[in-house]
Amino acid sequence: MASFEETGPRTPVVEPTRVDKVHPRAKLGKSFRVILTLIVTFIMIIPVLVMIMTAFKSRADIVTPPPKVLFHPTLEGFLYLFTDRSLFSPSNLEAARANPGNLDYWQKLALSVGQKINGPSDYVGRLKNSVIIAGTSTILSVILGLFAAYAFSRFKIAGKDDLLFFILSTRMLPGVVVTIPLFLLYKQLGWNDTHIGMIILYTVFNLSFSVWLLKGFIDEIPIEYEEAALVDGYTRLQAFFKIVLPQAVNGIAATTVFCLIFAWNEYAFALMLTSQKARTAPPSIATMLGSGGLEWSAIAAGSLGFLIPVAIVTFVLRDYLLRGVTFGAVRK
Amino acid sequence: MSTIELRQVEKKFGDLHAVKPLDLTIQDGEFIVLLGPSGCGKTTTLRMISGLETVSGGTIWLNGRNVTWLHPSARDIAFVFQFYALYPHLTVWRNIAFPLQAQGESRETVDKRVTEVAQLLRIEHLLGAHPGQLSGGDQQRVALARALVRRPAAFLMDEPLGALDADFRESMRSEIKRLHVLQHATTVYVTHDQIEAMAMGDRIVVMSEAAIQQIGTPSDVYNDPSNLFVARFIGSPGMNLVPGKYADRVVQMAGLDNRYAVPQGWHTALNKGLDGGSDIVVGFRPEAAQINDRGSLVGKVYASEMQGSSAVLHLTINENEIIHIRTDRLIPYPIDTLIHFDINPQMVRFFNPKTEAAIKPEVAQ
Repeated sequence: MASFEETGPRTPVVEPTRVDKVHPRAKLGKSFRVILTLIVTFIMIIPVLVMIMTAFKSRADIVTPPPKVLFHPTLEGFLYLFTDRSLFSPSNLEAARANPGNLDYWQKLALSVGQKINGPSDYVGRLKNSVIIAGTSTILSVILGLFAAYAFSRFKIAGKDDLLFFILSTRMLPGVVVTIPLFLLYKQLGWNDTHIGMIILYTVFNLSFSVWLLKGFIDEIPIEYEEAALVDGYTRLQAFFKIVLPQAVNGIAATTVFCLIFAWNEYAFALMLTSQKARTAPPSIATMLGSGGLEWSAIAAGSLGFLIPVAIVTFVLRDYLLRGVTFGAVRK
Repeated sequence: MSTIELRQVEKKFGDLHAVKPLDLTIQDGEFIVLLGPSGCGKTTTLRMISGLETVSGGTIWLNGRNVTWLHPSARDIAFVFQFYALYPHLTVWRNIAFPLQAQGESRETVDKRVTEVAQLLRIEHLLGAHPGQLSGGDQQRVALARALVRRPAAFLMDEPLGALDADFRESMRSEIKRLHVLQHATTVYVTHDQIEAMAMGDRIVVMSEAAIQQIGTPSDVYNDPSNLFVARFIGSPGMNLVPGKYADRVVQMAGLDNRYAVPQGWHTALNKGLDGGSDIVVGFRPEAAQINDRGSLVGKVYASEMQGSSAVLHLTINENEIIHIRTDRLIPYPIDTLIHFDINPQMVRFFNPKTEAAIKPEVAQ
């Protein structure tokens, strides 16, 4: 064998030896995956699209047998959603149609379907209730859950496993089963149809979930970080806020969204325990079915409005969520 | 700077002793290495000094101050972790500044001190990076910087080089040693690597089974191990320990009919140390064996290992006893050759197999 000292390498290697070309079949596979993803996404989004379209359709367009894809958009649905109206008597209708001079857009729209606006509906109020109750209970359950999860994760607690199981067991019963006892309990306490009552209820319900979820996330943060902070001269609380919190942010975001979705969509308890003052959006949208025929466009518009807040929160937290909802499986 | 004193410090988990009551005094500016196999209680001891672990008994004194029940943040010590424990969401600069900010130092002081310590460790160019972007060695430098920046009373290091590659470990070893010389800071260093311990420690505390086996300088624990465990654990390969029967100034070793004449100066000590029994263990380092055609001991070559500057011969002296002797690297010894050798009389040691303790020679040796 010739040694290098004598001859050196025979020909210098000048071209890069790495192969960056992708095999055509691999490229095909990639575009196939993209197309498949698009198709699945489209199928998933169809109900939402139908809902959005329905919200802007006129009453006639909604019930036309093959559903219309192209139609004249109208805000009728939103009119039905946001206002209380009454029918004009035929003579008054003539008079009103003859002299539409100082009517605004919504009044004109009502007039075109032969109705008169009496005042705003309670939809906005219900939505506001939903925001207050779901928002507050979510914040409470995440904060309380975070502290509980930290304690369970880091400290020696007598009967820790039993306590954790007990916390989990609060979710083992289907919610419907406890509605009657809860109703009676709330009646005694005077919490029926109050914001505070609903906030407490949803917080309790979400707490078990948030404790378990957040404990998993905090368990994943090595304890050495806090120990380093402790010897660096920080108290445990400072270490918690400066070290644990920033690293648990993905888990907190995921937990927040899950808790919010539960509290926001909750129907059965809200139906039983609220009537006027604290009634949330889900039962009120459902009751629209009853009053004065099926106003499909109003229901669609109402559901659309109901969808938006959760969509916004999810969108704001999307960067943390990707890593949070995969429960640590995806690492940066 | 400061002294650390442990008085009858112990740690129990349930009924199990993680650390049996131990006494240890660490002098100002000393570099102490806690050495032992995993699970021997060395890390627990370190964590008790830091306050990250509570003690089950005894007291800890830092610079004459009883800190046994003090919060870790109030002890004025720095801890370097095996896996660095750099805060991943902070930049290197903020990681290093973190302990200073806890003390509420002014922005200028923090700036000045961070720059100083970054220069000392040659990491100025890394200050803007996040820990995740650094190599293991650089992460450990940052961790050291974070420990140094506060000028604490003592440094505690828990296997700081354990996670590094072998060649990197050596350069970091000298770097830590250099820092210790520059700072003259009391340091307690935990490792299971006896080479590291020998290279770095002013004194080594050998631990096993939750108790201290020996405290001494590297030369002490190497040349005069206090018991069979230390003799086996220190050195690579460890001390040769050959069992035999002692009678009449001669040790009769099992196997190849080796009779070892005990050198002058040991006789009374052996009579006393064996306490009437005859079972004995002869110990000698691989380099204590001197190959000599007229040597009184004999072994059969089992394998030979080239170690660069020297070679190690593995000799069988009976069916299940293999000893190691260091030889000249240039002379080949074929397998199954019989080798005659002597033991340097200055370097032979004796142990009582019942107590496992070393037998001390007479003073006038």
